Amino acid sequence: MSDAVLRVNNLQTQFQTRAGVLKAVDGVSFEVARGRILGLVGESGSGKSVTGYSILGLIEAPGKVAGGEIILNGQDITRLKGEAMRRVRGAQIAMVFQDPMMTLNPVLKIGTQMIAAVRAHARVSRKAARARARDALAKVGIPSPEERLDAYPHQLSGGMRQRVAIATALLHSPAVIIADEPTTALDVSIQGQILAEVRRLADETGTAFVWVTHDLAVVSSLADDICVMYAGRVVESGPADSVIASPRHPYTAGLLASVPAEHEPGTRLPQVPGSTPSLANLPSGCAFAPRCAKAGPACTTTPPVQHFEDGRTALCHYPIEPVSCPPLSLTSTTYRSAS
Amino acid sequence: MPSALLDIDHVSKRFVKRPNLGERIAGLLGAGQKSEIVRAVTDVSLTVAKGEVVGLVGESGCGKSTLGRMIAGIYTPSDGKILFGNAPVAKVQGRRTQKLTTRVQMIHQDPFASLNPRIRIGDTVAEGPVAHNIVKGRDADAYVADMLGRVGLDPGYRRRFPHQFSGGQRQRIAIARALAMKPDLLVLDEPVASLDVSIQAQVLNLFMDLRQDLDLTGVFISHDLGVVRHVSDRVAIMYLGRIVELAPTAELYAKPNHPYTRALFESVPRVGVGRKDFRPIAGEIPSPLNPPSGCHFHPRCPFAGPRCKREAPPLAAIGPGRFSACHLNTGGTE
Amino acid sequence: MSSSPALAAPVETGSIRLANFWSDYKRSPVAVAALIVVVAVVLMAVLAPFVAPQDPYNQETLDLFDARLEPGETGSGGYVHWLGTDAAGRDIFSAILFGLRTSLIVGVMAGTFALVLGTTVGLIAAYYGGRIEAIIMRIIDLQLSLPAILLALVLVAMLGQGLMQLVAALVAAQYAYFARTTHGAASAERRKDYIEAALSTPLPARHVLFRHLLPNALPPLIVVATVQVANSIALEATLSFLGLGLPITQPSLGSLISNGFQFLLSGRYWISIYPGIALMLTVVAINLVGDQVRSVLNPRNSR
Repeated sequence: MSDAVLRVNNLQTQFQTRAGVLKAVDGVSFEVARGRILGLVGESGSGKSVTGYSILGLIEAPGKVAGGEIILNGQDITRLKGEAMRRVRGAQIAMVFQDPMMTLNPVLKIGTQMIAAVRAHARVSRKAARARARDALAKVGIPSPEERLDAYPHQLSGGMRQRVAIATALLHSPAVIIADEPTTALDVSIQGQILAEVRRLADETGTAFVWVTHDLAVVSSLADDICVMYAGRVVESGPADSVIASPRHPYTAGLLASVPAEHEPGTRLPQVPGSTPSLANLPSGCAFAPRCAKAGPACTTTPPVQHFEDGRTALCHYPIEPVSCPPLSLTSTTYRSAS
Repeated sequence: MPSALLDIDHVSKRFVKRPNLGERIAGLLGAGQKSEIVRAVTDVSLTVAKGEVVGLVGESGCGKSTLGRMIAGIYTPSDGKILFGNAPVAKVQGRRTQKLTTRVQMIHQDPFASLNPRIRIGDTVAEGPVAHNIVKGRDADAYVADMLGRVGLDPGYRRRFPHQFSGGQRQRIAIARALAMKPDLLVLDEPVASLDVSIQAQVLNLFMDLRQDLDLTGVFISHDLGVVRHVSDRVAIMYLGRIVELAPTAELYAKPNHPYTRALFESVPRVGVGRKDFRPIAGEIPSPLNPPSGCHFHPRCPFAGPRCKREAPPLAAIGPGRFSACHLNTGGTE
Repeated sequence: MSSSPALAAPVETGSIRLANFWSDYKRSPVAVAALIVVVAVVLMAVLAPFVAPQDPYNQETLDLFDARLEPGETGSGGYVHWLGTDAAGRDIFSAILFGLRTSLIVGVMAGTFALVLGTTVGLIAAYYGGRIEAIIMRIIDLQLSLPAILLALVLVAMLGQGLMQLVAALVAAQYAYFARTTHGAASAERRKDYIEAALSTPLPARHVLFRHLLPNALPPLIVVATVQVANSIALEATLSFLGLGLPITQPSLGSLISNGFQFLLSGRYWISIYPGIALMLTVVAINLVGDQVRSVLNPRNSR
């Protein structure tokens, strides 16, 4: 796609540790178009969060972005530093963290913080900035936004704080918002509210989201496209529905199969054997091979990126053949369309 | 009719946060706060039969963890009784809770916090049984090896420390520690919530195997509706300290009765293909410090009427083995 | 097949962690120098009878002709008094070695006893909570609000002179630091799940206290202990300087400084100054070692 607002190409992020160089992100590539939501899925240690931090230039020593390029609105921001990066961050690209208190100062009123955030990138009066902050709060579905501006973060619930964090990220209508497990700490009913708002925001404002999460259910309900990461690499990518319906990489298939909701209660769940590997101790070739039922002799060498229909890819020597009848489509009935 | 192994009888738990000295002085000057009372669990009754697994589901502040800790003898109820095999699980001794039985064991959510980092895992598993003469000191090593083998860990690793294991392995160790006490009832507090997706299935399978082999009874606490559906025979849905619905699993998931249960089911994202429209529950979860009057769910409930504000609906039978606490079942909300 | 064992390769072993500790510790050259000083001081104190050219407290080896020799002069014993002699003809260098010995014994003894007492008190307060905790901790707070030196002075005045009396006074003046540190660390640990798991097993109270709570509250105590040994040495020196410490038959660095104080203004600086430098070096070195151990043990500083 040429209309990508964010393009990440062969990103390499490494950490220097006692155990040697850890390749937390090893050749990750993806792109997001305007108004689209990309789900970046993976388990702990897969490099999904580090990818998000790398894009925003938030990697600190002993880590560094060692290679690749990050193109935002046609501008290469990979090597931007200091003031130049700060001008981009917050204005053209913003971040929402798992814990909203990462961005909210506990001793300042919401309004004070949001006004400061507005004026960091726009020369406007305090009054105009306040109006903009209020509009942003209203946009993310916060009731009585004017009053919330005068509240302190601790007076809001976790879900409200996360909405404030999203509103703050939206202040300058950035091209992309990177969200790192933003609903993981929230209750399901509150998570549902936020996911619904985000979907609406992406459709209405054209802001693209990179939604970093471990939760397949969230991604399958929210995202347009999916990148599944394992041990620092994207092992599978493609349109969300297509990947969920018919995964091509054995790891994606294993993850999907082990979700209990899709099985007869009380039956044994198909499980992915073994545990997630330590980055310090990755097997050569395909990192998933030791846990993979389909592994064959070729898996000791680095697997190729295989391309399939709909722009789908899988990083695998022996990708799974597509199924004609998607095994999981039965759940589509559980979602009602908007009335 | 199987006899109840665990009998929870009109149990409530309140936590009182007393002001400290400074706050009391401030209070004298008219600026302090009064004692705050958190009503974590309010008037809950539930029985668990031998060999049964009951799921406790709810969002934060619903009291499921507090109820679990009372069953495990970590807290004592403020009102009501919890009887295990007709004897109380714990008693109050001074300001502390003294647990009276070893036959109820608990498994915590976070296996990184629930294992003492400075004790070898073999010793962690052995110390309870040795202290209670379930096994003699000289047989402890073989006993530990047996327990570790049972949860799918190589017994050769019993001289290692917790930090040498992954999250899923640590949860297996925690399960081995509980099993080593030869429990009849396991309280599992979100046992897979902090594990990676691919590891969750391993631990759930292990639990189901053990349940079959050892004829275990379980109270399975989780916020994850899919996980609870998979392992439980009956499910209790909790909201702000009360059980709002209790039913056999299959019936509950097929036809939820309480408006909260229905709303919860609809707001849960699921792995699936197709249109993605959420019908999230409106509003926030109220604080258990200051719960709404009447039915706690009424401010968020689309069917609420004046009666819901006035009186709290009791958990009433709506069918064989099915209970729901909603005025809609008992004469309407007017 | 039931759930697969699947054990990942072992991550770390104990010896690697120790190696990590040392590699973190040696990042600061000052701390390494301080450690060398501490080791040297301890060695000299332990080996004093063999290293010192003279036994400064054996009256028979003293010669009044050697009194107040300047540093570098050769006395009647036929060896050079590198740091001079005092009014009784004692070799200052030998006196410092023996004084160090006394000071270290007092410091380490006081530190150890204070550690045991304070840790127990703090642990009990944290474990039992409620009223017991409130009473113990108010007493500790009260005591910490008084200067340690004042408390020690009063106690020594009450108990009288002597090694054990002095140690007792120092312990009473210092256990409160250990109690508060233990209480803080143990209260934080007390809330963790593994303690809850131990209580719900249930394990006996002493098991929970000494096998679970104590070992996890220890790391910050190691740091306090190092620093408190140094504080004990300094406190003992102060008391001795004021004439309330050890009798002159068991001189420590403090009494040596006091001993030469009257000559300080008459130009015979060495009798006081050299023991003073020895005291300062010892105390500063121990503190530097403690600081570095603290920053290495602090998980926020390590990766």
